[in-house]
Amino acid sequence: MDLAEDDQVAAFRAEVRQWLAAHAPATPLPSVDTAEGFGLHRAWEAELAAARLSVVSWPEQYGGRGASLLDWLVFEEEYHAARGPVRVGQNGLFVLAPTLFAHGTPEQRSRILPKMATGEEVWAQAWSEPEVGSDLAAIRSRAARADGGWLLSGQKTWSSRAVWADRGFGLFRTATGDRRHDGLTYFLFSLRSPGVTVRPIAQLDGEAGFAEIFLDEVFVPDADVLGAPGDGWRIAMSSAGHERGLTLRSPGRFSAAAARLVELWQRAGDPADSALADRVADAWIGARAYQLRALETASQPGAGGFHGTGTPAPAPGRARLADSAAAGSGSGRTSLDRGVVGRGAAGGRPAADSSLGKVFWSELDLALHDTALELLGADAELAEGPDAGWLAGYLFALAGPIYAGTNEIQRTVIAERLLGMPR
Amino acid sequence: MSFVLAAEQLQFAEALHDQLAAADVPAVARQWAAGDRKRGQALWYSLAEAGVAALAVPQRWDGLGAHPADLVIACEELGHHAMPGPIAESLAAVPTLLAVLAGTDEPAADERIAGWLRQLAAGDLIATIAWPPLLPYAADAQLAGLVLVAGPDWVKLAEPGPGLRSVQAGRSLSIVTGKELLAHGAAAAIQQAFEFGVLAGAAQLLGAGRALLDCATAHAVQRTQFGSPIGSFQAVKHQLANVLIALEFGRPLLLAAAVALADDPAGAARDVSAAKVACTDAARLAARVALQVHGAIGYTAEHDLSLWLTLVRAVGPAWGSQRWHRARVLAALAGGS
Ligand SMILES: Cc1cc2nc3c(=O)[nH]c(=O)nc-3n(C[C@H](O)[C@H](O)[C@H](O)COP(=O)(O)OP(=O)(O)OC[C@H]3O[C@@H](n4cnc5c(N)ncnc54)[C@H](O)[C@@H]3O)c2cc1C
Repeated sequence: MDLAEDDQVAAFRAEVRQWLAAHAPATPLPSVDTAEGFGLHRAWEAELAAARLSVVSWPEQYGGRGASLLDWLVFEEEYHAARGPVRVGQNGLFVLAPTLFAHGTPEQRSRILPKMATGEEVWAQAWSEPEVGSDLAAIRSRAARADGGWLLSGQKTWSSRAVWADRGFGLFRTATGDRRHDGLTYFLFSLRSPGVTVRPIAQLDGEAGFAEIFLDEVFVPDADVLGAPGDGWRIAMSSAGHERGLTLRSPGRFSAAAARLVELWQRAGDPADSALADRVADAWIGARAYQLRALETASQPGAGGFHGTGTPAPAPGRARLADSAAAGSGSGRTSLDRGVVGRGAAGGRPAADSSLGKVFWSELDLALHDTALELLGADAELAEGPDAGWLAGYLFALAGPIYAGTNEIQRTVIAERLLGMPR
Repeated sequence: MSFVLAAEQLQFAEALHDQLAAADVPAVARQWAAGDRKRGQALWYSLAEAGVAALAVPQRWDGLGAHPADLVIACEELGHHAMPGPIAESLAAVPTLLAVLAGTDEPAADERIAGWLRQLAAGDLIATIAWPPLLPYAADAQLAGLVLVAGPDWVKLAEPGPGLRSVQAGRSLSIVTGKELLAHGAAAAIQQAFEFGVLAGAAQLLGAGRALLDCATAHAVQRTQFGSPIGSFQAVKHQLANVLIALEFGRPLLLAAAVALADDPAGAARDVSAAKVACTDAARLAARVALQVHGAIGYTAEHDLSLWLTLVRAVGPAWGSQRWHRARVLAALAGGS
């Protein structure tokens, strides 16, 4: 058991670090949620792609390097330490791409992935609707059969970066049946098609970070159905773990933020304020725990290629999780489980397991930024100036417990699927 | 990099679990608390036969010289089963201290120390230690065959004062008086012993937290109110989920601390303290939630839950307070590590 980086990983880390030192913008780009900023972030994706660094975990044929999960974690650490720009294409890169690898046709992959890798096409997620939030299976937007494809109609909302994105993906109802989950189909569509209207929505910081999408008989060819018609729910859920877990919010992000928080504490902290010092320490410990758990996952047999070639193998111990509770206990006597808490961790039930990570990182992010603002005192209010990044980060973190499945939904999933609690 | 337990280590954990489950440790602990330590001492001996007492003893002195991760596995399982006795002291801190003091020469500079190490490994000796002010009391000194006290850079044989009762029934705490000087100029050895004691205590707490979650989930499935198992209520589910999250993210810190101690005991302060903070918090949350989920039955001395509730309360503050460990993490970070 060791945490030492081998030569290959160390060399990769050095390459990424050097490249970022030479190329990463010295001052932050304008907000990605402005027309100008969006364009600059798109150009940055092209620059990353030219160095084959935009999608390191993908197979080479699509612009990646076939990097292992460990290499990807290293890339992310370096990227966040260098304060790399927000990944404008993240929803495509981290949600749609894994779904395409698992369920797409070769034609779809070769048509879609290379343009996604360079930022030429930026994708937006279209799940939520005005009446459909946590209860996603209640989707009302529909698709009707047409010659050679489908006609999409309805309304999607809260679609991140849809204001300037090129294409969208999401679930639409293609049949009504007894079971709500049946009859949903996974569609890929252009946000520029006739019949699409995108209305920006300003977020808490005033910027148009998400949008409503109105669809009125928008034609989508059969080639842009992902998986079989009616199979959309299963397909969307199979990659839901990607959205929630490691790929969405990598450990590198929190390690970098925690390191900066410690610096801020050294610079601005009152040594006598041990309560605040405790919070700084806890934020660092949390970031470290998240990082280490990812390294456990990366050490599982089968964790080698992770975007293209499957997920890590189940860890011993995990499989018994739900069964243990069922064993029951008589009054006063106990039945202890052999290994309730995963022995060396993630795997086994990726979707439910990613729920643990989702609650953990989103609360960590909030606690970390809240602590930073506390340290800044009256300056915490400033939306401009040298420390305003903490406020922006805090506002960003506020949404974490809501999107990608609210933390309440995740806790229910954890209790039912990992602890065997009755529904 | 391979940050995952090996198959043999998983087997070791499961074998220990099975051994302890068969031994009915809760019953043993209750007898122990009532002053009858026969079964407890027999169990200690059979655990030693399984190698548990030899993990931190170098091979030179008939020990296993095991990786600190193995010590984590063992102490976690002992905490998981509420095994009584001075676990962090006798299995981790004292053997680590004596091993450094014994040195690498053969024969040992001090034959007595080598003898203690051999006895510890065999399970024939139970040892305890105090290191005031951080570790002001020696735990379970009344039943220990070897009682030590350490100062900033010295180690003495010690005589325990009367045992004060702990919140954990059967555990006692003694102020000790130093007698014969065993070693001086031993600051590094003492520090290393302390780190291993903290690691073992943290592992015990994580194991106890797991047991508390086991008990709470089992109870939540079996106890019915309002016509439904209480585990179907979301307020209960969400609390249990929080406990699982805390435990799941505690263990990697514990294993990283073990790796750090294996690599460089003198540079492991940050990781050892981080593990202690997270495991103590996780165990406390587990205790709080497990009691709440049990309701009144959990508040009784008769219910086995009380064994873990009091263990967490007892071991939690030993080996440095949460604030002390958090401060040490920050100090290490400020120092650039
Ligand atoms: C910044 C941001 C970006 C987003 N980006 C996108 C995007 O790109 N594409 C997209 O499709 N959507 C996006 N969303 C929407 C997000 O997916 C939804 O907000 C989320 O699914 C929750 O739905 P809701 O907001 O309608 O809340 P609701 O589902 O109405 O929930 C409101 C509250 O009730 C609680 N609640 C609901 N049901 C239960 C239950 N069964 N048990 C316990 N508590 C419950 C929730 O936890 C929450 O606290 C984004 C949201 C935010 C904040």
